[in-house]
Amino acid sequence: MLNPVAAVGRAVLSACREVGALALFALEALSHLLRPPFYGRLFLRHLVEIAYFSLPVVALTAIFTGMVLALQSYTGFARFNAEGAVANVVVLSITRELGPVIASLMVAGRIGASFAAEIGTMRVTDQIDALTTLSTNPMKYLVAPRLLAGVLALPFLVLVADILGVMGGWLIGTTKLGFGSTGYLKATMDFLEVMDVVSGLVKAAAFGFVITLMGCWCGYNSKGGAQGVGAATTTAVVASSILILALDYILTEMFFAQ
Amino acid sequence: MKDDVPKIRLRGLSKAFGEKRVLDGVDLDIRAGHGMVILGGSGSGKSVTIKCVLGLIAPDAGTIEIDGRDVLAMNRREREELNDRIGMLFQNGALFDSLPVWENVCFKLLAQKRITRRAARDKAAEVLAQVGLAASVGDLSPAELSGGMQKRVGLARAIAAQPDIIFFDEPTTGLDPIMGAVIDGLIVDVVKRLGATAVSITHDMASARRIGDDAAMLHKGRIVWTGAAAALGNTGNALVDQFARGEREGPIQMELRR
Ligand SMILES: Nc1ncnc2c1ncn2[C@@H]1O[C@H](COP(=O)(O)OP(=O)(O)O)[C@@H](O)[C@H]1O
Ligand SMILES: [Mg+2]
Repeated sequence: MLNPVAAVGRAVLSACREVGALALFALEALSHLLRPPFYGRLFLRHLVEIAYFSLPVVALTAIFTGMVLALQSYTGFARFNAEGAVANVVVLSITRELGPVIASLMVAGRIGASFAAEIGTMRVTDQIDALTTLSTNPMKYLVAPRLLAGVLALPFLVLVADILGVMGGWLIGTTKLGFGSTGYLKATMDFLEVMDVVSGLVKAAAFGFVITLMGCWCGYNSKGGAQGVGAATTTAVVASSILILALDYILTEMFFAQ
Repeated sequence: MKDDVPKIRLRGLSKAFGEKRVLDGVDLDIRAGHGMVILGGSGSGKSVTIKCVLGLIAPDAGTIEIDGRDVLAMNRREREELNDRIGMLFQNGALFDSLPVWENVCFKLLAQKRITRRAARDKAAEVLAQVGLAASVGDLSPAELSGGMQKRVGLARAIAAQPDIIFFDEPTTGLDPIMGAVIDGLIVDVVKRLGATAVSITHDMASARRIGDDAAMLHKGRIVWTGAAAALGNTGNALVDQFARGEREGPIQMELRR
């Protein structure tokens, strides 16, 4: 019974089953986006919940990230007399990587947790079953609008994070590191390419999908009362955070590999 | 429809969760337009039986016919059309706590687009009046209601779309005896008015005699007795009589320790 090979095999099989079930779950939710009825009111509510109410958190983290980045890269580059590259490093790092990743991790904490808790509570109190008996498909009502809202809200948030992150760098660059304001902004704009921003926004949409999918999936499959909902919430945040970082690597490979 | 076709017919219904066999060949006929009461100890699988009929749980074996049609063979659309005609009061209410009471009550009518949102408030007030609640309750959130009020709102939600089959899962559990009698009265009332077939689960013998024409006893995964609800307490079946009288000694042994 305690054969280690069998244990590994079992773990792999159950992982495969889980991934397969998750993929089917995602496909079913997406298929509901194409078939009426559509829940526009719910979609808007989730959009506001994600895009608008995440703004303070995302803005603060983005500004501080830009500030730290300017400070650190200045220290580093000063050793090679290459302080001029600070603006370039800040804008590149922010738009390509840190904007999307940091904004998404913050949203994963907020939204992944809240979706998992909300849907999980509905599961353990029979509200999801109640939806079915009230002529409403729970996947269409609960999951589809959330996924769409996540995919659309994250690029917006990341755009904000990009702008504020660069502003953070500019703030430190001009007040502490002795750069001229116009010179810093010019260096930023000269170096920036459309692809940097676009790739970041595409990543953001993918991360938005991952966050909302994991939140809904964990909540939808939670069982066992309050404790189960708590576990689902934790899993949603941890899993989406890891997936965001893994997916970030894969997407970076795809966009920028030579 | 012919009188000899039962509204609901279960044959050999079986369901296990993992190792645990909950239903082990349930056979039951439920007459159209009558009240059926299902009795049984806690955890004997009463809720699971109802959830199988509603299509919320897939049984491992057996057949379920409603109006002579095999519901397990139905496709999704047919199943949804059937569910449109069924109402359900869940054991713990399962009210949507994100929506005000009036939207809960009219949820099914709104989902089926049989009513506009504007008209729904008035409709909700009308249905709430039928269960003895003031129209002002419509604007409260379910969390602000007492247990008895939640049951009544759940009842209002179950009957609002005028179903022809209604399931009541422990409608009076957790209520004081007077409120229990009130709820029973409401159930008898609405069932008579709608001409619906009512299936109720209860532990409460007084309640069973009030809301049931027929009764059935579920024990160890099977229906061990069916008969007239009025006869409960002196049916001649030792199991049923012990249960109905709430006696400690008898053929039913509580599995307190294992
Ligand atoms: N979704 C489920 N997963 C696992 N076990 C379940 C599930 N639903 C019910 N059970 C088990 O089935 C048994 C019967 O449950 P239920 O039908 O709710 O009992 P009751 O007769 O009190 O309504 C219980 O032991 C319960 O633990
Ligand atoms: Mg039950």
